[in-house]
Amino acid sequence: MSADIAIEELHFSFNAGERPVTLFDKLKLTVGRGETFGILGPSGCGKSTLLRIIAGVQRHWSGRIRLFEHAIVPGARFKGALRCEIQMVFQDPYASLHPLHTVERALTEPLVVHGVADAGTVALERLQEVGLSAHLARRYPRELSGGQRQRVAIARALLLGPRLLLLDEPTSALDLSAQAEILNLLNRLKRSHDMTLILVSHDRGVIAHLCDRAAVMQGGRIEKILHRSELSQV
Amino acid sequence: MKGSSAALRFGVAVLGVWVVVAIAAPWLSPYDPLQQQIEARLQAPSLAHWLGTDSLGRDLLSRLLYGARPTLLLVALVATVMAPIGLTLGILGGYFSGGLDRILSGLTNVVMAFPQLVLALAFVGLLGPGLLNVALALILTGWPAYARLSRAETQLLRRSDYIAAAEMLDIRGPRLLFGHLLPACLPALRARLALDLAGVVLTAAALGFLGLGARPPTPEWGTMVAEGGRVVFDQWWLAAAPGAAIFLLSIAFNSIADGLRAGNSHAG
Amino acid sequence: MPDEASKLLVRELTVRSAAPGERALVDGVSFAVGTERVALVGESGSGKSLTARAILGLPSPPLTAVAAELRFGAIDLQDLDARAWAALRGSRLSLVLQDPRRSLNPVLTVGWQLHEALQLHGRYSRAERLERIEAMLHSAGLAPSVLSLYPQQLSGGMGQRVVLAMMLLNGPGLLIADEPTSALDVSLRDQVLELMCGLVSAHGTGLLLISHDLQQVARHCDRVLIMYRGRIVDTCPAAALPLSTHPYTRTLWSSRPNGRTYGTELPVFDPT
Repeated sequence: MSADIAIEELHFSFNAGERPVTLFDKLKLTVGRGETFGILGPSGCGKSTLLRIIAGVQRHWSGRIRLFEHAIVPGARFKGALRCEIQMVFQDPYASLHPLHTVERALTEPLVVHGVADAGTVALERLQEVGLSAHLARRYPRELSGGQRQRVAIARALLLGPRLLLLDEPTSALDLSAQAEILNLLNRLKRSHDMTLILVSHDRGVIAHLCDRAAVMQGGRIEKILHRSELSQV
Repeated sequence: MKGSSAALRFGVAVLGVWVVVAIAAPWLSPYDPLQQQIEARLQAPSLAHWLGTDSLGRDLLSRLLYGARPTLLLVALVATVMAPIGLTLGILGGYFSGGLDRILSGLTNVVMAFPQLVLALAFVGLLGPGLLNVALALILTGWPAYARLSRAETQLLRRSDYIAAAEMLDIRGPRLLFGHLLPACLPALRARLALDLAGVVLTAAALGFLGLGARPPTPEWGTMVAEGGRVVFDQWWLAAAPGAAIFLLSIAFNSIADGLRAGNSHAG
Repeated sequence: MPDEASKLLVRELTVRSAAPGERALVDGVSFAVGTERVALVGESGSGKSLTARAILGLPSPPLTAVAAELRFGAIDLQDLDARAWAALRGSRLSLVLQDPRRSLNPVLTVGWQLHEALQLHGRYSRAERLERIEAMLHSAGLAPSVLSLYPQQLSGGMGQRVVLAMMLLNGPGLLIADEPTSALDVSLRDQVLELMCGLVSAHGTGLLLISHDLQQVARHCDRVLIMYRGRIVDTCPAAALPLSTHPYTRTLWSSRPNGRTYGTELPVFDPT
């Protein structure tokens, strides 16, 4: 199987007060092309940290990580094409949008930085793609509901045409109906964009609904991999 | 909740009055503040002179109104220069850490270790008295507090999700620092600045009292308090009037600071 | 034992914000709770938390709450002053919130706070208090060693158990729980809820459970009231939930994702 993402011998530790605590030791994971891969585990098992390592936000690890054709070097920021290709939707829609920027700014600024022509129009298109109407562009995050903010966050993550979309508990902070809407949106976007997805959650139902395969994580270790047949039983 | 916006409204209102007074002093003053009438010196408040006259026969009310100018000018100068300098240095140190942070923190700590009034005295002593030098002294001794504040805020905000999101979209450098981090630091800063300006009013008055402020015969509240102090037992209003003005302006800033701070904690 | 005095009666409760012309946040809500487990279910904006707060006399200005009738047994809840409320809350009418850290004082040990709960509302000797506390800890599945811990040393699940113990120590007639498990890990939620329901049944206490999780309350409660935009739109026994014909209830019930909904569109309520 041509693996899009290959992680081997991943080691990560952090300082809890004085003592170093090892979270990952020789962690191994592969994710295939175009797959929707889930990571299921309770809080504290390390799943969010793993995601942030793949995202290039957490850079103090050791081991071997290959994302598509790029071999990632620990400590170095992602640059250029690689930076555009990996994007993330964060857990808390109330914290992942800058409180003092309008929706319009949140969506046009990344396009302007990357020299995309006609950034305003493209931003509005992305906004409508996630099911939000154009008049919300001038609102501030505090004027939107949780579901709307998460849609904006998803639109923002899609701006640069990523090949890998990371989702850190994207619906945990949402109501049941907002969650249903976001999950429906993600299913639609999966089909219309050519993307690999890695989704982290503590909710078995969400993982089973969206993912083709899932890793069960506990205490920084991957206990087992669930395939679609097993997920259907959830 | 209601209390805080009342404080804010009160402070802004009083400050507004003083700003209007300072700007419109020439039209509001009944007399020329510099005109001496020795034969009418040290008169008690009367219909002709609402606040009486000072030891050189100058109308106290007019001097009071004109006296708002040096003080407010000083406050404006200090506010517009001191906070941005401190803010920038703090954000740079807080975001980049490492060697740059150590240098900037060291500098901040050294300057902060000196008591502000003493340092200001030393500066003015070196550079000579005068409004601009007082402003310079206050700016050079006052910026560390803002550097500290914005450094702490920046370090906190660096870990927030929306900054991480910006970094993932390759938003870096000045755009990130001044477009994303700086606006988020501002609410905390505003409250601190208002409080500091209350102190600036007092420090400026103190320096004026010591004869290190605006040069005579320019009316300045601190200097006027000093002059009035010499005759305080007989003509108490000569010291009381400028003293009350200092008090009112300072309390205006305090009220604004109170209202802003309550607004921050309420919204945050 | 069943106690008729603990019946909560709410009739036409309305909560409004100060802004004129806006719809009422809670609009003419009426229900009653006896010695049973009733759930009030709704999503954000439905007004369920506001309802709970209004019942407990805790509306936050500028919101105003009025009701045609709001009674707890023989006590008229709209007619109480601060002192009467202080005597009522924590002894006969208790509240468990979402975040145990908000109910527990961070600078006092658990033991101190449990003792205090008893001291405020009754006259027991130290030995009697200790006995009651240990019995309650035992039924809450907590070891006596927890008495010497501070709240920040407790995990989320343990914290909620402590709060539960604290709130049930004085044998209240009614326990109101506002999203008590939302801040907990999914694996703990059922456990804590089971404990809560077990404890209230054993002590003859009524339970008003506020939640957004329909399937969760279906497993633990007797009766369910569904709120939408300030109104109660449906009530039914918990066992009848999967068979409900009300469109909103049906959508809430079936919009939970699981292995079998893979690849399908989850139902979303369309108010039109």
